[in-house]
Amino acid sequence: MIKDYFLLPLKEIKHRKLRSFLTLFGIIIGITAVISLITLGQGLQNAIAKQFTTLGTDKLIISAKGNVLNVGLSIDAVKITTDDIKVIQKTPGVKNTAAMIYSSPRVEFNDNPRYFYVMGISTKDEERTLIEEAHSYKLLKGRSLQPTDNSKAVLGYEFLQKELFNKEIELSDTILLADTEFKVVGFYDRTGNPVHDKSLVIPLKRYQELFNKSDEVGMIIAQTQAGENPSLIADKITKELRKSRYLKEGKEDFSIETPEQLASTFSTILDIMQIVLIGIACISLLVGGIGIMNTMYTAVLQRTKEIGVMKALGAQNYQIMSLFLIESGFYGLGGGIIGVILGIFIAKFAEYSLTLYLGPSFLSVEINIFLIIGTLLFSFIIGCISGLAPAIRASKLNPVQSLRYE
Amino acid sequence: MDKNISHHKKVLLHFKDVWKTYLMGEQPLHVLKNINVEIYQGDFTAILGPSGSGKSTLMNLVGILDVPSKGSIYLDGHDISKLSETELAKIRGKKLGFIFQQFNLIPTLTALENVILPTIFQNMSEPSRLEKSQKMLAKVGLADRMHHKPTELSGGQQQRVAIARALMNNPEIILADEPTGNLDSHSGRQIMEMLLNLHSQEHKTIILVTHDTHLVQHVERTISLKDGEIVDIKTKQITHK
Ligand SMILES: Nc1ncnc2c1ncn2[C@@H]1O[C@H](COP(=O)(O)OP(=O)(O)OP(=O)(O)O)[C@@H](O)[C@H]1O
Ligand SMILES: [Mg+2]
Repeated sequence: MIKDYFLLPLKEIKHRKLRSFLTLFGIIIGITAVISLITLGQGLQNAIAKQFTTLGTDKLIISAKGNVLNVGLSIDAVKITTDDIKVIQKTPGVKNTAAMIYSSPRVEFNDNPRYFYVMGISTKDEERTLIEEAHSYKLLKGRSLQPTDNSKAVLGYEFLQKELFNKEIELSDTILLADTEFKVVGFYDRTGNPVHDKSLVIPLKRYQELFNKSDEVGMIIAQTQAGENPSLIADKITKELRKSRYLKEGKEDFSIETPEQLASTFSTILDIMQIVLIGIACISLLVGGIGIMNTMYTAVLQRTKEIGVMKALGAQNYQIMSLFLIESGFYGLGGGIIGVILGIFIAKFAEYSLTLYLGPSFLSVEINIFLIIGTLLFSFIIGCISGLAPAIRASKLNPVQSLRYE
Repeated sequence: MDKNISHHKKVLLHFKDVWKTYLMGEQPLHVLKNINVEIYQGDFTAILGPSGSGKSTLMNLVGILDVPSKGSIYLDGHDISKLSETELAKIRGKKLGFIFQQFNLIPTLTALENVILPTIFQNMSEPSRLEKSQKMLAKVGLADRMHHKPTELSGGQQQRVAIARALMNNPEIILADEPTGNLDSHSGRQIMEMLLNLHSQEHKTIILVTHDTHLVQHVERTISLKDGEIVDIKTKQITHK
């Protein structure tokens, strides 16, 4: 009966709870790492993918080279200016462009100085709409910026919370931005992106004046015409910009990213991170496997006499081997079960902390049932493999010598 | 010797010029020397001899747990040295039942599970082995101790569990190596009684190793060993009650 070959080893393990638990340590750590890393990585990947889909697939982002991730903070001499906007706008296939620029200056309200992202954006209706779309900004209260606006600001959702300045900001309140008064005219609804939800949006012109940027912009969003291939348009824009900026091919000081490209850059980084971390997990699994092997060798030694007895009772070698193999498989499985539980716990905890810190819906961890089943199977197999050599030794023991063993 | 009396019985085991030699460093140690003996079906045979005379070694050969260094052993006419490890294991499981001096129960299993253990290796079906094991434990008077672990049983009770275990696969031959050696005289007598009953009532072939000559008054046939040699074989006619 196959069942017996599972029940008998279970009784052995139950009998030696402490040793069993110590044996499992390495496997537990390894499986915990595997589960939490894969689950979290998947969650991060989904979160990033979500951010990029809100941006839309018909939008290109043009910025000074190397500045994609910290636009506006750049001390680089290379600048993207309003001249470039004109060039891009004239490129065939481009439907619309909008310029924006970022930095994180001092923002003061209720005598509380803090630092937040401030975004200067084009205020012309369709340009503003383009930028709002790209950030999934939807107006919650008040109104959006208008071309006639000067020292006016629209704030992200988080500014409605009391916590930011110990006081809720209301429409028509005045805030100090780089020591200049701005009047709050509107609030955006929650976007789910923690950075966007804590940003202040002001007119591009006012931004440039305030920070002495003359005609500089941080980046340009270009929307391609419906039906056009964004990658082809990106190539065309590259050509045009090269011409207008007097640059040789391959020496571009600007970069054009399609949302897909950005997304895939992020997932490559994530992949590398995961590979490294899973490598670490593998090492702990290896250590765990060696732990199981050691335990099983000890078990075979301790139960030498029992093995002799079982052989006298008619146990065939493969039957003895199965008993020990399954016992070590159970060690692996036990470690796997505890590891899966801990791993999910850690992933959920990370999700919870990130939600507290960054707001909801940024990272949502999904429990993948196939990952769990696969991991449990995998840990059972690791256990079996680790126990293979000891089990073979047990099965080959000489019955007479084993019976004499004390 | 015993040829005339037992000639009508079937030979179960035949030892022919059997030697068992261990190498102690360079020096060969002959533990069994030129053993020639037959064991008959249905006999109660006792192997007698002082400590170190080779009784257990002989018993291990009878139980086909070991093979001779020289000579041949025939079981039911088959040369056991020609059989594979797996075939030997199968024969042990089906034909032989072992009872040891140290009881040798598995400490993590209850009495009932210990009794069931040999049937697991024979793939006996679950309901029939449960029924049978309960019957066996009742037979050795332990119906009320089925779920006790070996440590929760007295020596005599443990040995009775071992007897029940030995009987589970309906063996033809029961091998008992000093089964009373670790027991007080009362429990020892009880065990001996059981073995005698198995012989007289169920016609099992029984081979008993002991150095207690007192125990073997009612035994048909005694083989005496000394320094690895058979020094005497006695056969008595015992009339069963
Ligand atoms: N594996 C072995 N290697 C070396 N010598 C052995 C081995 N097994 C048994 N012997 C020796 O063989 C001799 C006989 O041993 P055996 O166990 O058969 O004696 P015995 O008659 O059963 O004694 P006892 O009554 O004490 O159980 C002893 O001298 C023992 O030391
Ligand atoms: Mg002995």
